Amino acid sequence: MTTAATTKVENARDEDDESGTLLQRLAGTQAVWILGVLVVIIAFFSIAGGDRFLSAANFSLISQNLAVLAVLGAGMTFVIITSGIDLSIGSVLVFSSVISAKLMDSMGGDGAGVVLVGILAAVVAGAAWGWLNGFLIAYAKIPALIVTLGTLSAALGLAYVLSKGINITVSAESLTDFGIYTRFAGLPALPLVALVIVVIFGIALHRTRFGRHTYAIGSNQEAARRVGIRVDRHLMLVYLITGVLGGIGAVMYLAQFGTTTIGGQSLTNLNVIAAVVIGGTSIFGGYGSMFGTIVGLFIPAILQSGFVIIGVDPFWQGVAVGAVLIAAVYVDQTRRAAAQRGAPRAKQAKEGTKE
Amino acid sequence: MTTVLRAEGLSRSFGHVMALNAADFDIDQGEVVALIGDNGAGKSTLVKALTGNLQLDSGQIEFEGRPVTLESPTAATRLGIEVVHQDLALAPHLSPAQNMFLGREISAKGVLGWLGFMDNKAMRDQTRQRLADLGGTVRALNSPVGSMSGGQRQQIAIARAIAWADKVVFLDEPTAALGVVQTKNVLDSIKRVRDRGIAVVLISHSMPEVLEIADRVQVMRLGRRVATYRGADTNVEELVGAMTGALDFKEAAA
Repeated sequence: MTTAATTKVENARDEDDESGTLLQRLAGTQAVWILGVLVVIIAFFSIAGGDRFLSAANFSLISQNLAVLAVLGAGMTFVIITSGIDLSIGSVLVFSSVISAKLMDSMGGDGAGVVLVGILAAVVAGAAWGWLNGFLIAYAKIPALIVTLGTLSAALGLAYVLSKGINITVSAESLTDFGIYTRFAGLPALPLVALVIVVIFGIALHRTRFGRHTYAIGSNQEAARRVGIRVDRHLMLVYLITGVLGGIGAVMYLAQFGTTTIGGQSLTNLNVIAAVVIGGTSIFGGYGSMFGTIVGLFIPAILQSGFVIIGVDPFWQGVAVGAVLIAAVYVDQTRRAAAQRGAPRAKQAKEGTKE
Repeated sequence: MTTVLRAEGLSRSFGHVMALNAADFDIDQGEVVALIGDNGAGKSTLVKALTGNLQLDSGQIEFEGRPVTLESPTAATRLGIEVVHQDLALAPHLSPAQNMFLGREISAKGVLGWLGFMDNKAMRDQTRQRLADLGGTVRALNSPVGSMSGGQRQQIAIARAIAWADKVVFLDEPTAALGVVQTKNVLDSIKRVRDRGIAVVLISHSMPEVLEIADRVQVMRLGRRVATYRGADTNVEELVGAMTGALDFKEAAA
């Protein structure tokens, strides 16, 4: 963004309170800064990788790979804005997918009824873990890090117990067909489902009372309590919803790969948390956006894809994402510390107009 | 004038410490009562008891002549009692308007409101109006409160309290962190609130401030009310004497 544009936005903010258009509110947030990074990365690989990178097929593949993570990220954004954390989300996904696949397998066949039961089972299983997380965190007052570390282990353990460690193949082909072949307006189905979910949760976060209270709790829990917000109930709901999204993610995963991967989700939680944080959501709570989470998801995925295409060892992706994560948080912290000291950015902007 | 809030014989002990020892309190409609006392005299505990933030061992609270139990802050809020805490209890990441209406958001009209959507414009407009009424210096209604000065935050907290309190407002050291001009603004807004018929309880360590604004001054010591003075008839020496207990010795000697 040019200096002139910054000046305009800052002035609009100071002098006119109705400057609440989406664009202006987004401007100056971490999410936009990191969007710039994403654009630079895409531009780099477009030049280095050419058409193989910048093709509809490649981006379709990337969006396929991101669909499940995006659904989990929608819940994680809420959790982290309340200044909580959910480490269990990958295990909850595995557990839900095992329950769902087992049920569909035992019912057999390929009817809509079977798929519906499979979906419901996954959602209920996810909700149960989410409820347990929420109850222990909100009412038993055990730190979220500990609770979800415990349920991470427990949910995965139970998934192993139930499946005896053997992955279960999805017998209902209408589900896997939906995941692999179905397209709407040329776009694959799963990313579209993810997009719908993310948009709904984004609106809930930024536009509704529920979202407002989520920010308030993360910003100052005591203040939220004093104005009469039922903080415990709200936290409980946030973890419950995140569990439900884990269940939905499980169904999407089954649709995409046609099998459970019990051992394959050990880094899912950290990938989702990294995406949320790269997207500018403060790990200390009170600040963040759904848009940022999506941008934060794309950065690792684009790096991965780009490295493969330009022939760099794709293991470098992990190194690059780690660096981006730390850099993003550092820049964010510095920026916010500056704002706390009296918004020098705004002052600069004002001085800029005087010239 | 009618008594809006009266408390009799409030007691509460924490272990061996009698934080409140049969404390009394009363305030009329449209009256400013200053609550003063040395540190540990029981001012904050009394305020907590009167705003539903503390369970009492014994004692009675009457609101507009009826006995009430204030078992939670929400119960006090429902009666029209609000409190501005010393730590202000604002959410630093939220804007003034968001803080002002936190927990009481205005719903959007129709189906959207039923779905939990809010009328942000109405909330912003009302916030701007309320802050202007206080002669406030808060203009950036979309900036986070955390980036504002102590005085601006204080204004927001006070504006919020008096926006919702139609009976009694408790202000716990509202000017402690403020400069001269801002202190004057706060005192002016207290007068304006009083003129609307709302009772204001002011906790303060600043004697000149207390003498300037209070209709009555209630002095707390060792968990109880030891004296009440009319603001117009008292002076700093008398108040300090009552606070520290020096007057007792004088009386005993006399």
